[in-house]
Amino acid sequence: MPARGPEPQPRGAIIRGNRPIDQQEAARRFMDAPEHLAMHDQRLWDLRKKRDGQKEIIEEWEDLRQLASDIKTHTLTHLDTYLEQFEKNAIANGVRIHWAKDAAEHNSIVAGILRSKNARSLIKSKSMLTEECGFREAMAHEGITVVETDLGERIQQLDNENPSHVVVPAVHKLRTDVAEVFAKTIGSDPNNSDVSYLTEQQREHTRPLILKADAGMTGCNFAVAETGSVVVCTNEGNADLSANTTGLHIVSMGIEKIIPNLNSLAVFVRMLSRSALGSPITQYTSHFRGPRRGAEMHIVIVDNGRTDRLGLEKFWTSLKCIRCGACMNTCPVFRRSGGLSYGATYAGPIGLIIDPTFNRHKYSTLPFSSTMNGSCTNVCPVKINIHEQIADWRQVLAENHEIPAFKKSMMKAAGALLASPKLYRASLPMADSALRHLPRFVLYNRLNTWTRGREMPHVPKETFHQWYKRTRGVDGKKK
Amino acid sequence: MSSTDSRAAIFAAIRANRPNIQPPLPEVPLFDEKAPSDLVTAFSEMLVKMGGKVLDPQGQDPVSALRAAVAGQGIIATCVPELHGDASLQIRQILPEMDPHSLADVEIGVVRAAFGVAETGSLCLTDDGLIVNTSGYLPQHLIVLLDPSQIVANLHNAYRRPELSTHRYAVFQTGPSATADIEGVLIHGAQGVRSLRVLFCPKQG
Ligand code: SF4
Repeated sequence: MPARGPEPQPRGAIIRGNRPIDQQEAARRFMDAPEHLAMHDQRLWDLRKKRDGQKEIIEEWEDLRQLASDIKTHTLTHLDTYLEQFEKNAIANGVRIHWAKDAAEHNSIVAGILRSKNARSLIKSKSMLTEECGFREAMAHEGITVVETDLGERIQQLDNENPSHVVVPAVHKLRTDVAEVFAKTIGSDPNNSDVSYLTEQQREHTRPLILKADAGMTGCNFAVAETGSVVVCTNEGNADLSANTTGLHIVSMGIEKIIPNLNSLAVFVRMLSRSALGSPITQYTSHFRGPRRGAEMHIVIVDNGRTDRLGLEKFWTSLKCIRCGACMNTCPVFRRSGGLSYGATYAGPIGLIIDPTFNRHKYSTLPFSSTMNGSCTNVCPVKINIHEQIADWRQVLAENHEIPAFKKSMMKAAGALLASPKLYRASLPMADSALRHLPRFVLYNRLNTWTRGREMPHVPKETFHQWYKRTRGVDGKKK
Repeated sequence: MSSTDSRAAIFAAIRANRPNIQPPLPEVPLFDEKAPSDLVTAFSEMLVKMGGKVLDPQGQDPVSALRAAVAGQGIIATCVPELHGDASLQIRQILPEMDPHSLADVEIGVVRAAFGVAETGSLCLTDDGLIVNTSGYLPQHLIVLLDPSQIVANLHNAYRRPELSTHRYAVFQTGPSATADIEGVLIHGAQGVRSLRVLFCPKQG
C-alpha cells in the first residue's frame, strides 16, 4: 500500500462577491477532514478548560466581569468625551493623531505616513482592525512590503489566508500544513514538521526582516484616555519589536478601544489572557505613551462602521468586545467548522453579531451558525449577551427578507414550540431520554445533521416541571 | 476627506448614535484583602509557571551569582551598574545614544525592573530601566534584577504605581517570549528572548 500523505488542509468558505456566505458548506468540508477536525476541536476546548481553571482561581471573577461590562457601558455612552481626552493627552505626549472614517481612509493615511518617511518595508504585529481594512493588500498596491511578526499571523500571511481566530490565527492548521507552507515560502525542510524546528525556522527567517525594516506597526488592545497611552498584549514580544526597532511606530486603533483610566485597565488586563488562553497574563503587556527619543509615533483612530453599530439599540453592546476569543473557544459550531468557514474577518459567536453590521446581505446566513446554547454569553468577560443578539439578528434579518425559506420555516417551528408551553414541555422528556440513552456514536454519526458540528446540550436528569410535578403534585401543594 | 473632516464626522456620528443613558464609571477596588504575606514567594511561583526562572543568589552575594551566570556566555549587554568595571567579562554598556539594532548580536541582556507583580509573576520594565527599549527583547536571553522590596500584590496595585503614567514606554514582561501558535505546542523564544531569569537584588544607593 502506498504511504498516505498528510491530510490536506480544508480551505475556508468560498466567497462569491456579495452572495450570502455558505458557512455550512465550508463547515462540512472541515468536518470531512478528521485529523484537522479532531485537533481543532480539542485544542480550542483545551483553551476553554484552561480559562475555567483561571476563573476558579480568581475569587472575584464575576465581580471583574461585571466591572468590565460596566466600565465599557460607561465609556461607550461617553465615547466622545473620552476620545477627546485621549487625543489631547496623546498629542501632549508627542504623538501624532489621525482620524479615519473607513478602511480606505485608514490605509491611505498609513501609506501617506510611510511615503513621507520614504519607508518601503513595514513590520507589524497582529491586529484585527488591519485585517478588517484589507491593509496588507492595500500596501501591496503602494509597493510597501508588510511582514507580520506574530507566528500564527505570519503563517497565514505566507499561506495567503486570513486569520481563522482572533487570538490563535493558524489554529486550524496541523503542523504538517505549516511545514508545507514554510517549505514553499521560507525554504525549510518539507519533511520536518517538528514544532520547535518550525518555530525556530520562522524566527531565523523573520529576524533579519525585522532588523532591516523601515517602520513598525502595532494594533491596540486598549487606549487609556487618562494617560493617552495605547496598550498592546502579545506573547511573543513581537509588538515591542515592531514598535521599537525602527524610528517610526504607527498604531492602528478602533474608536471602541478607549477606556477611561489605568484603574479600569487593570480590570481588562486581568481578564484578557485568562479568558483567551487561560494564562494569567500575556508574556508582554506593553504600554506606549509617547515616541522614543528621536523616533515618531502616530495613532490612526478608525471608525469603519463602529459609530453605526453604536446606534443599533439591540447590538451596540457588541462594541464592548475585547477580542479575547473565549466565545469562539467554547462554541461547538466554531470548534467543528473552523474560523475560515465563516468567510468573514470575525468568526464565531462575536462574528455572528458584528458581521451583519458590515454587510447585512453577505453575512445574512451567519446568525444561523449557532446552536444557541448560550455558552458564549457565559464565558464573555465583558458580559455581552451574545446568544440573545444572535436571536435578535435572526429576527431582524427575517424582517428584512434576508433569510432563506427553509430557515424561516425552521424558525416558525421553533417559534411555535417555544410559544406553546405545553408543546414545549411535552417535547422535553422525549429529548431527555433519547439523549441520555443513545450512545455517543449515534448522536455524532453523520446522518444526524443537527449534531454534525454541534455539541448536544447537556440535558438535566429531570426537567423543572417533572420535578415540580413529582414534589409538589399537580395542584402545586407540597407532597 | 481630510483627517480633520473625518474627525468631525466621527464625533458627529458618536453624538447622534450614542445610547441615551448616563451610567457612572464604577470604582475599581484593589481586591488585595487576601494578598499573600510573602510576596517574594508568590511572585517566584508565578514567574516559574510563566516560564521564567529564579537565579539562585549563591550564598549572600547576588552580584557574584550574576557574574557566574554570564561568564563565558558571549556578548553581555547591561543597563545596570552591578557588573561594570569587571574586565574578565565581555561587557557592553547600554547607552542612551545607541541604535536599537546594535543589540541584535547580544547573547545575554542584563536589566533592572522597576517592580514586580506577585499575581502574575510580571516584571515592570521601563524605558529608563532599559535605556534602549530593544534591550528587553533583541538579546537571546535576559536576566532581570528585581529588588524584593518592590513587589506589589496584584495588577490593581501595579497600575497605581507612577511608572505606568510617567514613562513613554513601560512593559509588564512575564517570563520569556512564548508562542503556542502551531497545534498549541508551547515554545519559548518566538521573537523575543528565549529565556528569562530573575535575580533578587536590592537596588544600590
Ligand atoms: S464577545 Fe466576549 S468572549 Fe467573544 S471575543 Fe469578545 S470579549 Fe471575548
